[in-house]
Amino acid sequence: MEKKAPSSNLAPLTPFSLGLLSNSTTELITPALIATAARHGIALDLIVPPYDQVAQQALTHDSIINNSNLDAVLLAIDFRSLPLQLSVGELETSTATISAAIAYLKTLRDGIKAHSKAVCIFQNFAMPVESLFGSLDRHLPGTLRNLIDGINRELAAFVNESGDILFDVSGVAECVGLSNWHAPDLWNMAKIPFSCDFVPLYADHVARILAALRGKSRKVLILDLDNTVWGGIIGDDGVEGIQIAQGDARGEAHLAVQRFALGLRQRGIILAVSSKNTDETARIPFETHPEMLLRLHHFTVFQANWNDKATNIKAIAEELSLSLDSIVFMDDNPVERDLVRQFLPQVAVPELPEDPAYYVRTLSAAGYFEAVTLTDEDLTRASAYADNAKRASLKHSAGDMDEYLEALDMTITFMPFDASGRTRIVQLINKSNQYNLTTRRYTEPQIADITEDPEVLAMQIRLADRFGDNGMISVLICRPEAQKNIWNIDTWLMSCRVLGRKVEHMVLAELLQHANAVGIDTVTGTYRPTAKNKMVSDHYARLGFSKVDEAQDGTSYWKLLVNEANPQRPPMKLISHIAFKTLERTPA
Amino acid sequence: MNQAQIYAHLNAIFDDVFDLDSTEITPETTAKDIEGWDSISHIRLIITVEKKFNIKLSASDVGRLETVGDLATLIQSRTE
Repeated sequence: MEKKAPSSNLAPLTPFSLGLLSNSTTELITPALIATAARHGIALDLIVPPYDQVAQQALTHDSIINNSNLDAVLLAIDFRSLPLQLSVGELETSTATISAAIAYLKTLRDGIKAHSKAVCIFQNFAMPVESLFGSLDRHLPGTLRNLIDGINRELAAFVNESGDILFDVSGVAECVGLSNWHAPDLWNMAKIPFSCDFVPLYADHVARILAALRGKSRKVLILDLDNTVWGGIIGDDGVEGIQIAQGDARGEAHLAVQRFALGLRQRGIILAVSSKNTDETARIPFETHPEMLLRLHHFTVFQANWNDKATNIKAIAEELSLSLDSIVFMDDNPVERDLVRQFLPQVAVPELPEDPAYYVRTLSAAGYFEAVTLTDEDLTRASAYADNAKRASLKHSAGDMDEYLEALDMTITFMPFDASGRTRIVQLINKSNQYNLTTRRYTEPQIADITEDPEVLAMQIRLADRFGDNGMISVLICRPEAQKNIWNIDTWLMSCRVLGRKVEHMVLAELLQHANAVGIDTVTGTYRPTAKNKMVSDHYARLGFSKVDEAQDGTSYWKLLVNEANPQRPPMKLISHIAFKTLERTPA
Repeated sequence: MNQAQIYAHLNAIFDDVFDLDSTEITPETTAKDIEGWDSISHIRLIITVEKKFNIKLSASDVGRLETVGDLATLIQSRTE
């Protein structure tokens, strides 16, 4: 007998004692099981009786398995150890063979049930690769495939009735490919039941079941919206511009995310939203887009604001009265994912691939929502929570944002307008709606003119961080006013992707440097409200400008005295390619 | 790959598989010389060797091995 990993004093891990009953070699699996269980919050006591003693162990009252006060026994039987009689084409014999195999498994179960209180976890059988005929093997009675199909089917039906648990090894093996799974050389050499490459995967699936038995499965899926639930950015692209239609590859990928989320909701997973958007904008697709599958009433909490996502996720957890370790957060943006992992490590954050076509597979493969039963309560849970897409109130910030920004290792680069950046400059100027103070649109020839104009300070701003280069993310155009010594900010816009990084403070500092160098004493700015740029209504106030005037239509006018300005200096490396001397002014 | 390179890799593999600190294996080393070299760790050793050198060893290949020297020769013949 081997007894491993005593679980005493491993809190907060939950102790679990598992017996492993197998007639194949398990020595390569057992260390992985213990380690993987820990990752799922389980301190695993693993009891492994000597090799190939399945029946003795199950049927004797004082066996190690029956005498160790186990929580569960995993019956990991290989099909090569079952009494399988090939009877090609003979229905009666093959039915009897299937019944005999099931009877054998039931006998083991009855023994364990009679002598202990352990739950039985039955492993089903991975289909062998080799066939006698080809496709015919599947439906011709008495072939190996037909027998194993039958055994798996009957075992599932039996488990449904008995209340035991099924571990779908067959499904796991099919996911990775049966010809990868089965390793006849290892079986022949040492009765190792499947390729060693899949020991971690196997262990993970076992650990998920144990964690589910201990109530550790996740209960909530929080979704980002832009480029996760739909393609594109609702605030910039508008409801007509986002990709969520059938027939569009990108749109279908995001529809698949919606379909999967709906399926999860149906089985009792609570859905919530955490999106950087204005609330009303974020709700528009759910209310008006005809192809959306998800609707507002599917969400219990709906957080669309400009706060950091960790703070929002905390607020959602508090609103639901659920702990953070019951939450899964899905977001296409690696920086958002990283921030949530840093601030709220209890939250599960799948590392989504680049291609949204694989979002659903990635989410599903992690097994966050593993369950061993489906209860009536699960089926009604979604409606038990008031699905009113409620806004949760934000409490304290989830962590030190400055520290986080520092760790992002950002580099900001300022460059004058140039020919190579022109296409992107024009695109940003004509596409940015949200972080855009004046929403002035310019054509490519107009930008060419601005580039050449020595009186205009025009900057393109790029940002890189440890996740990569974000490219050009901000544009600023500053023109001299007729009045001497005043610069007016004609255009200031930024991509929402880098919101919350304090880029605007760096831009202001750079602007002030140039203003200072050419003897400008006042910088003025205008906020022109549109349907989409409410998020920057306090932009100038936050940067220390004072309000000069406000018009009827909500347009506000701001100014900042250069020698009184005290811009923040956020933690990032600065590179500026804007020469001071190129800025000339016509004498007043 | 030459014998010196193979032995460098094998030393690391033996340390890992048998949980040792800087094993000094020689061509004459056999299972008797190393504590814990049982049938299971033998399989673990073979699997690790297969992965490290990116080769596939059959049961009869493995069955013929008597010493570490045999293993190194086999690896060399497969990696040439």
